[in-house]
Amino acid sequence: MRRVSTSPAPSIGAAVRAARRDGLGLGLLGVYGVSFGAVAVASGLSPLQAVVLSALGFTGGSQFAFAAVAAAGGSPATGIAAAWLLGLRNTLYAVRLTDVLPRRPLPRLLASSLVIDETTSMAVRHEERGLPAARAGFWATGVGLFVTWNLTTVLGAYGVAALGDPSVLGLDAAAPAAFLGLVWPYLRHRRTAVVAGLAAAVALVLSFVAPAGVPVLAGGAVALLGLGRRWRE
Amino acid sequence: MSWLAVWVCAAGLFAQKAAGAFVPRAWVSGVRVRSVLALLPPAMLGALVLTQAAGSGGKLVLDLRLLGLAIAAVALALRAPFLLVLVLAVASTAGARLLL
Repeated sequence: MRRVSTSPAPSIGAAVRAARRDGLGLGLLGVYGVSFGAVAVASGLSPLQAVVLSALGFTGGSQFAFAAVAAAGGSPATGIAAAWLLGLRNTLYAVRLTDVLPRRPLPRLLASSLVIDETTSMAVRHEERGLPAARAGFWATGVGLFVTWNLTTVLGAYGVAALGDPSVLGLDAAAPAAFLGLVWPYLRHRRTAVVAGLAAAVALVLSFVAPAGVPVLAGGAVALLGLGRRWRE
Repeated sequence: MSWLAVWVCAAGLFAQKAAGAFVPRAWVSGVRVRSVLALLPPAMLGALVLTQAAGSGGKLVLDLRLLGLAIAAVALALRAPFLLVLVLAVASTAGARLLL
């Protein structure tokens, strides 16, 4: 009897511990917040503005996009539009994680601010080993990333502000490399790879003629291919 | 950059996540909405890679950022961790500028 009643507990405990370990490991990757802080200040934002974007916005790709449009001399509205379009996927992720997120409104609201690429994939990966494991993976990844991302944003932002000309340091190469790293997983699947390639081509061609920021939004419009039957998952 | 733009941008990014946690599921379950949303990240990121590597103030500029991007691509193909990819891109661009 005793064995029957206790046997599920160790396996749930083991699954939770494994998820927590994975999550904290992934959470360390947030140290590339140092490059966001640096790029943001190099793009004309103040260090404190970079810190606010990391703390409240907390979604790397969108933050880089906002800074990128600012650096290119685009209007604030264009930068906001680019950041929001890129952040729309977080809305879908939060829908996907509806059972993983806490039920009570206030904890649910706070937890939802941690819903990004990394926390979602970690929660989904551990979901088959039970909801507690999925939750442990979500929280460990989310809290780990939030702490490292924000601390290193402060370092990068105030560091560059103290150092001076960032192009000498090669920091203007950080943003394109970051976007390449973020798009890389999509290049493994033909459908998303074709969309990424088309969008890149559209944006590149338009960058000869359109005002700053517009080429990126036009590239994003390639996602409308999803309306066609052939482009669905 | 104006503070208003920064707050609007950041608050919007926060609200997008909260919206997903609190909206009725039916609103985002349509197959067309889902497939467009699923294609948005690769499209936006694809557009950002090249405009960031070759753009400057709304013009096309070819410079040593492209070297950094090429090195980053090689590092990614070799499955280097994200932070190392960024460091290599920055270091190769900075190094080439010093030498050339």
